[in-house]
Amino acid sequence: MAELQAEFTLPLRSFALELALRTERTIALVGPSGAGKSSVLRVVAGLARPAAGRIALGGDAWFDVDSGVFLSPDRRSVGLVFQEYALFPHMSVRGNVAYGGAARVDEYLERFRIAHLAGADPGELSGCERQRVALARALARDPGVLLLDEPLSSLDANTKAAVRVELQELLHEFALPTILVTHDYDDAAALADEVGVIVDGRLRQLAPPQELVSNPADTFVASFTGANLLNGFAESRQGELTVVRLETGERIYSTDPVLGDVGVAVYPWEITVGRVEHADSALNVVRGTVRSVVHVGSRVRVRIGPITAEVTAASAEKLDLEGGGTVVATFKATGTRLLPLVR
Amino acid sequence: MRRALTATAVFAAATIAFGFLLLPIVALFTHQSLRELLHQLTNPVVTDALVVSAKTSAIAQAAILLFGTPTAYLIARHRFPGRAFVITLVELPLVLPPAVAGVGLLVAFGRLGLLGSTFGALGIDVAFNQAAVVLAVTFVAGPLYMRQAIASFEAVDDNLVSASRTLGAGPERTFFRVVLPLARAGLAAGAALSLARGLGEFGATIMFAGSFQGVTQTLPLAIYAEFDRDFDVAVTISALLVIITAAILLSLKATALWPSSRRSSPSLFARSLSS
Repeated sequence: MAELQAEFTLPLRSFALELALRTERTIALVGPSGAGKSSVLRVVAGLARPAAGRIALGGDAWFDVDSGVFLSPDRRSVGLVFQEYALFPHMSVRGNVAYGGAARVDEYLERFRIAHLAGADPGELSGCERQRVALARALARDPGVLLLDEPLSSLDANTKAAVRVELQELLHEFALPTILVTHDYDDAAALADEVGVIVDGRLRQLAPPQELVSNPADTFVASFTGANLLNGFAESRQGELTVVRLETGERIYSTDPVLGDVGVAVYPWEITVGRVEHADSALNVVRGTVRSVVHVGSRVRVRIGPITAEVTAASAEKLDLEGGGTVVATFKATGTRLLPLVR
Repeated sequence: MRRALTATAVFAAATIAFGFLLLPIVALFTHQSLRELLHQLTNPVVTDALVVSAKTSAIAQAAILLFGTPTAYLIARHRFPGRAFVITLVELPLVLPPAVAGVGLLVAFGRLGLLGSTFGALGIDVAFNQAAVVLAVTFVAGPLYMRQAIASFEAVDDNLVSASRTLGAGPERTFFRVVLPLARAGLAAGAALSLARGLGEFGATIMFAGSFQGVTQTLPLAIYAEFDRDFDVAVTISALLVIITAAILLSLKATALWPSSRRSSPSLFARSLSS
C-alpha cells in the first residue's frame, strides 16, 4: 500500500500551520477548534496551497515546492468527507454518489445500505444516512487517501456510538491512508492507529492512543486525553521518588524524575476512592468533599476537590457517593505523571 | 364598536391604496374601445417601435448574460483588495440619473467622445443608430443583472464547490454541474429584472440614440413621440408595455417555484404564489 507523506507550512490568519506526518493507516488529528486541523485536510486535498513543503502518495508528488508541483484537487486521488457532508442539494442520492465516478454506483449504494434511498433528495435524509451518502460518494471514486472532517460531530449522542463502530469497520475494510479530524479524543482513540494533538498549528505529540495516555508530552496533551491536572512544584528527590508540593498544600509523589514547576497528571481510572484511608501501596492521598457525581454508562465520574475519579456504579453505591461528605482519593506514584507546563 | 370602526378604517385605507395603484393601469385599457386599441396595434409607429425594442433588447440581454455572468462569477468567488469598490462601480449605473448616463455614453462612445476617433478609424459609428440603443440599454440594465448574479453565486456554498473539485471535477464541470444549477433561479430573476428595466429605458436612449422611427425609436420613445401627435397611439403603446412587463413579472415569480430556488436564491418579491 502507498504511504501518504505530508510535510508543509501553511500561513493562517494568526499562526502558521506546520506539520510533518506520514502514514499508511489512520491518523487522527485532535485539538481545540481553530487549531488548524481542518486546514490540514484542505492542504492534502489541494484546496489550499502551502507556502512550503511536499505532499506525496507513494511515489506521486501532489505538491512539491522545490520542483514547483501543485496538483489541483481534481487531479489528486483523495476522498474528502466534509464536516456537514456537503451533499449536492440539487441531485438525488444516486446523483451524488455517481458524481465522482459512475462505474460502480450500485455497488456502493448497496454497500453503504442506501440503495433504498437512491432517488431521495439529500434534504430528506437523517444525519447518519447523509454521512453514509457522503462516505459512499467519496469512496466510489476509489481514492488513494481518505480524509474525514469531524465525521461524528453532526450526529446526536444515540446514533454516534453506532456510527463510530460502523466507521471503525469501514476504515479497517478499506485500509487506506486516512486522516481524520476530530475535537473528541475518545473518537480519535477509537478510530485511529495514531493520534496527533494539534495546538495553534503545531503537532504537540503524535503517537498511538495508549502511548498518549501513558506518556503524554505535556500538560495540554494530558488534559486533552482526559487526565486530571494539578499544578505543583517538584522540590526534591527521595530515592526513586520525586516529591511535589501542590498549590493546595498537599504532597504528592511520582516516579518521574523532574524538578521545578510541573503539571501533575493522573487519569481518572488510576484513582481509588474510599471513605477512609487504607494502608496500601498507593502513596498519594487527596482528601476532599464530593462535589458532583455523574453517570457515564456503567461508570461513575466523581469530582473530589480538584480531582475527577472514575469508579464503577456498584462502588459508587457502596460508598454512597451521592450522599456527599468527605472522601479519600488515592493513586499510585507510578501512575502519576509530571509534565512540563504549557500555557 | 371601536373595533368595528378600526376595521372599517383599515379596509377603507386598503381600498384607496389598491384603487390608486390600479386605476392608471385600468384607464389605459378603458381609454378607447378594445377594437380601437387592437386596430392601433397595426399602426406602423407601433409595429416599428415593437421591432426596434424587441431587437435591441434581445441583443442587449445577450450581451448582458454573456459578459455579465463570468464577471459576476469572478467577483463572487474571489476575495481581492478593492472588491467592495468594484461592486460599487457595478452598482453605480443603477442609481445614476438616466440623463447623466446618456451624456456619459455620448462623451465616451459618441463621434467626439473618448473612443469616438478609435471607433471612427474602425468605421464604427454608434451615435444615433441601433447600436447606440443597445449600448444605452446594456449600460442601464446590465448592472441590475450583475448585482443579482453576484448575490446568487455568493449564495452557493463554498464546500459544495470544494466537494465537486475533490470528486474529480475541474473548474468548468464544477461550474456547469454545481454552481450554475444552484444559482439558476437567481440568475433568471436577475435577467428578468434587467429585461424589464431595459424595455422601459428612456432617458439615456433618447439622448444617446435619438428617436428615429424604425431605427432607434423604442416603445417608450414612441410613447413620448406620439404624446403630442396622436394620443390614442401613445395610450395603445402604454397598454402594450403593461402587458409585456406584467408577463415578465409573472414569469419571474414562476421561477421562484423552481425546485432549487428555495435553497439557492434570496427572494426578490413577497411570495404571492404560495407553494
